[in-house]
Amino acid sequence: MSRAITTTDKKPMPRPDVIGGHTLSMFVNNQPGVLMRICQIFARRAYNIDSLVVSQGRDPRFSRLTLGISGDPAGLSQIILQCDKLIDVIHCYEHTPDDSVTREMALVKVGVDGGEKRTEVLQIVEHFGGKTVDMSEGSMIVRVEGASEKVDAAIRLLTNYDIIETVRTGKVVMARGEQAT
Amino acid sequence: MAKQKKIELDGAQALIKTLDSLGVEYVFGYSGGAALPIFDALETVETNMKFVLTRHEQGACHMADGYARATGKPAVVLVTSGPGAGNTITGIMTAQMDSVPMIIVTGQQVTWMLGKDAFQEADIFGITIPVVKHNYLVRETNDLPRIAKEAYHIATTGRPGPVLIDVPKNISQSPFTADFDDELAAELDLPGYKPEKAMDVDEVSIEEAARLINLAKKPLILAGHGAMISGAESELMEIANRMECPVTMTLLGKGVFPESHPLSLGMLGMHGTAYANKAICECDLIFNIGSRFDDRIIGQADKFGAQAKIIHVDIDIAEMGKMIVPDVQVVGDAKAVLQKLLPLVEKADHADWLEHLNGYKKKFPLGYKKQGGLRMQQVLDEIHDLTDGNAIISTDVGQHQMWAAQFYTNDASFKWLSSGGAGTMGFGFPAAIGAQFACPDETVISVSGDGGFQMTLCELATAVIHKLPIKILVLNNHYLGMVRQWQELFFENRESGVDLEGNPDFVKLAEAYGAKGINIKRPADVRKKLQEALDYNDGPVVINAECIKTDNVFPMIPAGAALEDMLIEPPKYKMEKPIGST
Repeated sequence: MSRAITTTDKKPMPRPDVIGGHTLSMFVNNQPGVLMRICQIFARRAYNIDSLVVSQGRDPRFSRLTLGISGDPAGLSQIILQCDKLIDVIHCYEHTPDDSVTREMALVKVGVDGGEKRTEVLQIVEHFGGKTVDMSEGSMIVRVEGASEKVDAAIRLLTNYDIIETVRTGKVVMARGEQAT
Repeated sequence: MAKQKKIELDGAQALIKTLDSLGVEYVFGYSGGAALPIFDALETVETNMKFVLTRHEQGACHMADGYARATGKPAVVLVTSGPGAGNTITGIMTAQMDSVPMIIVTGQQVTWMLGKDAFQEADIFGITIPVVKHNYLVRETNDLPRIAKEAYHIATTGRPGPVLIDVPKNISQSPFTADFDDELAAELDLPGYKPEKAMDVDEVSIEEAARLINLAKKPLILAGHGAMISGAESELMEIANRMECPVTMTLLGKGVFPESHPLSLGMLGMHGTAYANKAICECDLIFNIGSRFDDRIIGQADKFGAQAKIIHVDIDIAEMGKMIVPDVQVVGDAKAVLQKLLPLVEKADHADWLEHLNGYKKKFPLGYKKQGGLRMQQVLDEIHDLTDGNAIISTDVGQHQMWAAQFYTNDASFKWLSSGGAGTMGFGFPAAIGAQFACPDETVISVSGDGGFQMTLCELATAVIHKLPIKILVLNNHYLGMVRQWQELFFENRESGVDLEGNPDFVKLAEAYGAKGINIKRPADVRKKLQEALDYNDGPVVINAECIKTDNVFPMIPAGAALEDMLIEPPKYKMEKPIGST
């Protein structure tokens, strides 16, 4: 029996749950190859890394990683243990919205051919507390930042206009209160 | 007072001096361009280390592996860059899968040529990440002592494993400008690696484990390689006696509890004893000490120990819940855990349960037919007899391995060397060489099939040069027997890629290398010929035993099937293809 395959020529909407899912933070040695070790663990178990932010820690010997992962939570807890086992990983934690805050930023380039559209886009951006960071004759670049859901919502509204391209930083996470990230 | 003049060293010399000071006894290797400075340092630095030139880099790894399995101490593998490093992969993977400590030093192109496809350049750091415990690409000559020390520490502590150090040629031949003694004495700084935590076992988990143990009416201890690595033999004996509890062992745990002991059920799993597997199905407590619940022992995971509470003791927290979710997990070194647990375990009487299992022992003993030609089981049974079960046995993978596990029972640790997790053909013979170097006064027997032996037989030269009196048993059925068995059982006996026609005359081959060769063809000759081999100690002896071509290993649990579906004898019906595991 042949299976019906449905196709669509519409661009897929950004799925709010893609960036959601699970948020991991890692504190790792700041050395070449560390990211390779971590990524291999995810790839071997067929987990996709939805977002990844790496930056040098306050102590330059270490780096901070935030990973956004979607996938089966049961398998993920095993992956966390395997990452934690790496000699170059000082610690690896999973964070939930209850115990942490996450933020990300997006740049969106929107095509605007007339003044009316431009005003509408500016209104949306203002509503989300965003900023216009570049403006040219046929397009503008706006910046939106906040929790991933808020960035998702802004992009969803801007989809009604002519989005040329979007770039998201991926989320960064920090644990609340006493807990370490 | 004037400071003593600094000793002038290059990087390679600093590396060799460090490895020597760490107590490394053997370096197995194969030279090449990028490793020239390091090989030169073996000549220019005075050390206690002995270098063994192998005939292939894979052989070097398996020798270091066999040495480590027989002693618990790591050896060093030293090879060149590119293909030399590439040839070590199977050996490194074999060690990683079975938690064997090893230090692999690879030569490398000069740093400014890295990434430019220079001659014999291979990104061995990247290539080996999935098969090592840790690895290094050295970028500063003065880092070499620190990295060698870290590598040794990481390889030998916690759950052991292989650590690779990739040393570019310009790094090894540049002058070492730091103070060597200071570098050697420096404390290690590994913030992401805390193996000492394994000794500090969580009290709550210990109490909870003790509670389940004291409640159990039909307990079963499952002892694995971890118990052996931690040296928990006496604690294991004490707790088994106190609990009056039968003990089954994994393939790599063989010998950690004496297999001749009345409480021993022998090996469990795919080709384990019927009584061990039946005990798993019927027990009410599985007390796993240092086994990672390999798929070859659990079969269908949701039916494994379905009636049992499960306690999992493992030094590696990442093993917890990976295959089987335990009722109680105890993370820590097996010996430390058992020491803490012993005072809480009450003396128990499980005579009924033992009686019941003894019934299975009588009903389903391991055995073989004495008629119909020469069987591998008979050869193994008789060599066990002739050596009182005290020899070091090193095997490949396949039918001969499972029969050796069944018929060469072990009563002590570190005497059974077998590639378990990786299932590496060609492992047995070079591993036996490493073990014979480690234990010159012991009888070392390499058990291979005709397939596996041909994968690494070039090391006959290594064994001959060093006059190692290894007994190389080639159980020859002119087939890749285990694969043929599966084709017979699951693929309507369609043989594909298993007929090893063109095998050499192994006796002539041995003689060509300067080794002794013995043929065994008739069952009646086995004892006499084996005795002849055991009496020959001037060098290696190859014993080619021409065995029945189409014998099958039983008991057998088809891969991924439940333990209760074990086949004790050849099935009378057509089998479904296994899908749960390979």
